[in-house]
Amino acid sequence: MVSSKTAANKKPAKPAAAKKPKRALDQPPEFSPEQEMHAYRQMLLIRRFEEKAGQLYGMGVIGGFCHLYIGQEAVVVGMQMAIGEGDQIITSYRDHGHMLACEMDPKGVMAELTGRRGGYSKGKGGSMHMFSREKNFYGGHGIVAAQVPIGTGLAFSNYLKGTDRVSLTYFGEGATNQGQVYESFNMASLWSLPVVYVLENNRYAMGTSVTRAAAKSEELFNRGSVYGIPGEQVDGMDVRAVKEAADRAVAHCRAGKGPMILEMMTYRYRGHSMSDPAKYRSKEEVQKMRQEHDPIEQVRQRLIKSGAMTEDSLKSIDKEVRAIVAEAAEFAQVDPEPDPAELWTDILVEA
Amino acid sequence: MPIQILMPALSPTMEEGKLAKWLVKEGDDVTSGDVIAEIETDKATMEVEAVDEGKIGKILIEEGAENVKVNVPIAVLLEDGEDASSIDVSAMAAPTPPASADAAPPPVEAPSVSTPAAPEPETAPSDPEIPEGTELVATTVRDALRDAMAEEMRRDDTVFVMGEEVAEYQGAYKVTQGLLDEFGGKRVIDTPITEHGFAGVGVGAAFGGLRPIVEFMTFNFAMQAMDHIINSAAKTLYMSGGQMGCPIVFRGPNGAASRVGAQHSQDYSSWFSHVPGLKVIAPYTAADAKGLLKSAIRDPNPVICLENEILYGKSFDVPQMDDWLVPLGKAKILREGSDVTVVSFSHGLTYALAAAEELAGQGISAEVIDLRSLRPMDTATIIASVKKTNRLVTVEEGWAVCGVGAEISAVVMSEAFDHLDAPVQRVSGKDVPMPYAANLEKLALPSAQDVVDAAKRVCYRD
Repeated sequence: MVSSKTAANKKPAKPAAAKKPKRALDQPPEFSPEQEMHAYRQMLLIRRFEEKAGQLYGMGVIGGFCHLYIGQEAVVVGMQMAIGEGDQIITSYRDHGHMLACEMDPKGVMAELTGRRGGYSKGKGGSMHMFSREKNFYGGHGIVAAQVPIGTGLAFSNYLKGTDRVSLTYFGEGATNQGQVYESFNMASLWSLPVVYVLENNRYAMGTSVTRAAAKSEELFNRGSVYGIPGEQVDGMDVRAVKEAADRAVAHCRAGKGPMILEMMTYRYRGHSMSDPAKYRSKEEVQKMRQEHDPIEQVRQRLIKSGAMTEDSLKSIDKEVRAIVAEAAEFAQVDPEPDPAELWTDILVEA
Repeated sequence: MPIQILMPALSPTMEEGKLAKWLVKEGDDVTSGDVIAEIETDKATMEVEAVDEGKIGKILIEEGAENVKVNVPIAVLLEDGEDASSIDVSAMAAPTPPASADAAPPPVEAPSVSTPAAPEPETAPSDPEIPEGTELVATTVRDALRDAMAEEMRRDDTVFVMGEEVAEYQGAYKVTQGLLDEFGGKRVIDTPITEHGFAGVGVGAAFGGLRPIVEFMTFNFAMQAMDHIINSAAKTLYMSGGQMGCPIVFRGPNGAASRVGAQHSQDYSSWFSHVPGLKVIAPYTAADAKGLLKSAIRDPNPVICLENEILYGKSFDVPQMDDWLVPLGKAKILREGSDVTVVSFSHGLTYALAAAEELAGQGISAEVIDLRSLRPMDTATIIASVKKTNRLVTVEEGWAVCGVGAEISAVVMSEAFDHLDAPVQRVSGKDVPMPYAANLEKLALPSAQDVVDAAKRVCYRD
């Protein structure tokens, strides 16, 4: 366990791609072959799903805004491997990966993207506003940082009900400049609420580099230190590192020690949304991340190197995942649009 | 089968673009994520990435081509084991039919022009019957609100109160007096001064299965929390396709108090009433304050309870019943009359009732309606009254522009136009920020005399 003191005293790590982010352990514990396989499959599912979503957007089948999670897959998959039944998940609008990691049905997610009746929100929410009570996924929120107090409130409900459940509250580094994040930190610490703040630092808030937007941007994990919230920086491209940090953070919360911040050093390969040409960073920067730090490729290499899998067996997984995504895309295009009568439903719960 | 690579749309509005550059040539192998081309839209140059793995079999649209329509095949990708001979170019000449989402929507029966609103809500049940012999106890609005919260907290463990000074201080206006002693610090929670934050925490707690009562010391400070009230509490049920209800009450004193100036005198009646997904109540009497707040706490939706500081200390009879519940969305006729209908709510009724008394002395019989709920609004009761009196005056302390009276006027014009013998008159706060000076503040607020004058105008007695 890393105390708040040691975390706060960490030397700031440069967010440059070439430097490995500082993390609690130099080498995260190895995964079992089963864990590697699980992570590989889950991350691949997100990657392929998002690529397909991008394609459907390009065909005009998906409208509005569409924010892809490509490159960041290790964060949500590693976090998810550390939690259990009843723990809550909430995030912002870059949410497709989180939903898949929560084991929401890819068909229902894709159908929501295309605005069809079989979507998780019956086609009424869209890419940015999707929920599943059944899977404890609380959205899918379109206002930057608004999910942070809400996720803190979910933790509050755990506290009041006396359960040992934990709220995983995700937000980007762009959200860390919103006041309500600190209002939440204050209350979460004051009341020792069981919330893990998962700060996904993908380095760009739309087109603004974190270094241009955040003071002391090299140590965002320290943003809770004045509230006594321990924070750590984690290699968010390595799913093992994510899982290892998540295990400790979740245990910290379950033990009643209050909130914790995990700053996941990650990277999004695509633009902020589909209509972003991403001219604010160099192609070399993106290529370097893809070639040297890709979260899926890392697992793939390990699986092959360890002999757990062969190229061929991995290909068959790839094929399975593609089939799931193709089925989702097919469903999302043939499923009918919502019944016009749905316009007037779900405005109020009938008492 | 070879895969067609289509001209992509790269913004919500793009219909065509220039294929600026190919970054691959026929015969090149590509994998998912490889950049294969650049496209210029009216806004930017965008990269096109491959989605599937394979070999570029044929480039169908040469680089430099302008006005390439979205969804036209621009290249063909060959999968394992396929060769260029399997490409049937003729089949690809025509643009791919648009996705079904682009097809013309099926005709929808247009809602009737006069009511661009939801299907008619069912008439809400009226007040519960008060059994004969029920004791009526003079109670202040302040205590009635407190009793409502205490009763509901006894009834349901998931109900809790949070806000500034609600616990140890016993409420900035003493509305939560005694709750900490009875229910303890876990359910009666002093928050820091952090409206945006605790409104969001309340919403999250409601999503998490609790029933929060969030007190704003005054609603003036709720402006900081507006995003969570509207975007998080009111809209999420709809955006989740009915999964994620938000049973929460936001309550506190609203509107002008006395000599507190512009920033502390904001009236939110019309602001919140504007929003589908919210219910809004604004009680005047203590019995309604108690019965409406209890109903609000049990309601599965977000409810805004607009109280009034001046009314807190005013006493009214409250029936002593085990479960005094007043239904949301139902107005009440406080005084029957036949010549003119006066509709108001909350503190506005102070002026309306005083005016009705004054008008009676002048031979004008005014019917006074207490809206009690602003959303849903019981327009049926207003219209029934207008059909009887043929004249209408609305009274509110907030501004007239886009206000509650404006809404009532529009509804009555749509649904009871032929019954009106005079144009509707609105009495409201003046269209200025609230001044501090005693004389100016008095001028800025409506008065009983304003209501008398308006009533006489619609009766053509001025």
